[in-house]
Amino acid sequence: MIESFFNPEIIAAIWPIVLAGLLNTVLLSLIVVPLGLLGGLILALLATVHHPLVRWPLMAWVDFFRAFPPLVLLVLLFAGLPFAGLELGGFACVAIAFFLNTGAYYGEILRAGIDSVPAGQVEAGRSTGLSRLQAMTYIVLPQAVRNVLPDLMSNTLEVVKLTSLGSVVAVPELLFQARQAQSLTYNATPIVLAAIIYFLLLWPLVRLLSRLENRALAGRR
Amino acid sequence: MSKPIVEAREIHKHFGHLHVLKGVDLEVAERELVFVIGPSGSGKSTLLRCLNRLEEPSSGSVVVDGIDMLDPRTDINHARQRIGMVFQSFNLYPHMTALGNVTLALRKVAGKSRGEADVLGMAALERVGLADRAGHTPGQLSGGQQQRVAIARAIALEPRVMLFDEPTSALDPELVGSVLEVMRDLRQSGMTMIVVSHEMGFARNAADRVVFMDDGLIVEQGPPAAIFENPTQERTRAFIGQIQRH
Repeated sequence: MIESFFNPEIIAAIWPIVLAGLLNTVLLSLIVVPLGLLGGLILALLATVHHPLVRWPLMAWVDFFRAFPPLVLLVLLFAGLPFAGLELGGFACVAIAFFLNTGAYYGEILRAGIDSVPAGQVEAGRSTGLSRLQAMTYIVLPQAVRNVLPDLMSNTLEVVKLTSLGSVVAVPELLFQARQAQSLTYNATPIVLAAIIYFLLLWPLVRLLSRLENRALAGRR
Repeated sequence: MSKPIVEAREIHKHFGHLHVLKGVDLEVAERELVFVIGPSGSGKSTLLRCLNRLEEPSSGSVVVDGIDMLDPRTDINHARQRIGMVFQSFNLYPHMTALGNVTLALRKVAGKSRGEADVLGMAALERVGLADRAGHTPGQLSGGQQQRVAIARAIALEPRVMLFDEPTSALDPELVGSVLEVMRDLRQSGMTMIVVSHEMGFARNAADRVVFMDDGLIVEQGPPAAIFENPTQERTRAFIGQIQRH
């Protein structure tokens, strides 16, 4: 049993491969989370423009990318774009897919946060001469982010988990590396190791999220 | 009457099918304190909000301190620095300290450095008697204190005119006095003030003029004594009677 699932000799042998995967997963997360947040911020800011020419395309965009499975989107970019003469690497495809998919989710969260800030806040700012953009930057967004922090955290957790999709397009992140190691060793140990690492990586985030959620609940009482 | 610092002419405001302001003229002289009273829905808050263009009038003209507020070429953000506004619900920024509230526009609009803004901000808080609360957030302040910080936030920009939109309506009765005190002090310093409020006692001994609005129009105006003791219009009489009974 231990032989094929948690073999110390195999761990020692494939450790560098899995570690490289872990580093890439962290790196990938550090790129796609800010990208998704950026995409979300753009969408949320566009949502404050109440013009039909902005509103309807925006709604279609967000609906489309929330309804479209991220794995399908990723494969479409990776395997489909070359037929249009555009060959992007796996890494770039992951970045674009996440910008589109998780951006739509982050956008909805941030939009809810912006909506939660009373209109009087903007009016107070504007009455002192702040521009629309300044009122948004200094008054609305800080409060909006604070109001939806647990949701932003929760989505970020999902995004980090989703980086494992990169394995499908040969991005050498944790899952991909573990699969490589597995096929080298004909043993399940690398996958088990990767699973443990994923858990150890995400568990502190989950704990932090729980505390934030409890605090938010207590604050509402 | 010296030259008017606020001149609103023929202000109309529609909200969809609602005709909220039906051609209001209001002139306010420099250093004058004008009280605007009237039943809820009479359009008095909307009129106030049209003066700094928080509300866009449907038609008419508004000139404040020589600036045509409705001209699209007017830099509205620049113009608004000259018009302070105080709201019924204070609208302090909850994520900033009292000093942070007062200095935000000083830094971002008036272009002061943080050091300069802090000095001016502290002076403004001093004027409303809250220098010792500079580091407190709004949540740590009483309603009366919050409203005084809101006044400090407006006067820090050295406005030419101050607009008060029911500044004491959201306050517990025992906290009203401290806010009126600050307003009286402002009045004594010569600030031009337009106040939407039902604080009759304050109106009686501080206002130069009382304007009674009903149904989107100015029905009657004059010195407080005349409006309160001898209103000429039936609607004014009925309204004064109602609020004095309370």
